[in-house]
Amino acid sequence: MVEWTDFERATIQEIFSKIDSGVVGPAAISRCLIVYPWTQRYFGSFGNLYNAAAITSNPKVAAHGKVVIAGLEKALKNMDDIKNTYKDLSVLHSEKLRVDPDNFNLLADCLTIVVASQMGQAFTADVQAAFQKFLAVVVASLRKQYH
Amino acid sequence: MSLTAKNKDTIRTFWAKVSSNAEAIGADALSRMLVVYPQTKTYFSHWKDLSPGSAPVKKHGATVMAGVADAVAKIDNLTAGLLNLSELHAFTLRVDPANFKILSHNILVVLAIMFPSDFTPEVHVAMDKFLSAVALALSEKYR
Repeated sequence: MVEWTDFERATIQEIFSKIDSGVVGPAAISRCLIVYPWTQRYFGSFGNLYNAAAITSNPKVAAHGKVVIAGLEKALKNMDDIKNTYKDLSVLHSEKLRVDPDNFNLLADCLTIVVASQMGQAFTADVQAAFQKFLAVVVASLRKQYH
Repeated sequence: MSLTAKNKDTIRTFWAKVSSNAEAIGADALSRMLVVYPQTKTYFSHWKDLSPGSAPVKKHGATVMAGVADAVAKIDNLTAGLLNLSELHAFTLRVDPANFKILSHNILVVLAIMFPSDFTPEVHVAMDKFLSAVALALSEKYR
């Protein structure tokens, strides 16, 4: 059972209410595909990923960014049981999508950086710690059903 | 994943833009590292105050960024250029090299906060590669 302090709960809710999820999701996914190009291996059906400009303007990438954020919002609503909330998602990523779970950390890092640039000085060290803890729990839950 | 000519240009141009803020960047990155990755505090038990923005944190942040500035200047041969620093980290400080990645991440977060429109994905990938290359050069003398 993950223990969340009041500060962490409030902070994480606040982050999601402050950020523009329509922007953050697509920005994080496209940054991940640009900064860690080997992650493109999972998006063969997305069409043109040849360069940064193509990735940033690719509508399939943008749509997928929104799917990822919707997934995070599910965790947000079930912070006391993210592990079970993500059971099916974990099976999906392991059995069907066959994503190397180390990639989850790469996307988490890109999400942190995109949220940081959106929030500016409001993204203090304590806020960063809370957000990264949330992402760490999400990643651990997504890894849970891999064998 | 060595630095291409284009990467080096991107890094030099971006560094020219941000270098006047080097001390602030270093102080913030170090502060964040100590808060977000508390295990890193174990290397600084000799400091009186480990809180964000404290005097020892600020001073050390400046030291670290001076090293980064030096690395930018020696970008064409980091291994040779950072040999003394590598010996320092390997034989005296004995910082576990996994921590280089942690500090690099926090430097990137600070750059994203301070320079949101300049820290584009292209600059991000170049800086990430650069900091990884610096970490590798710093690890050179470890074993």
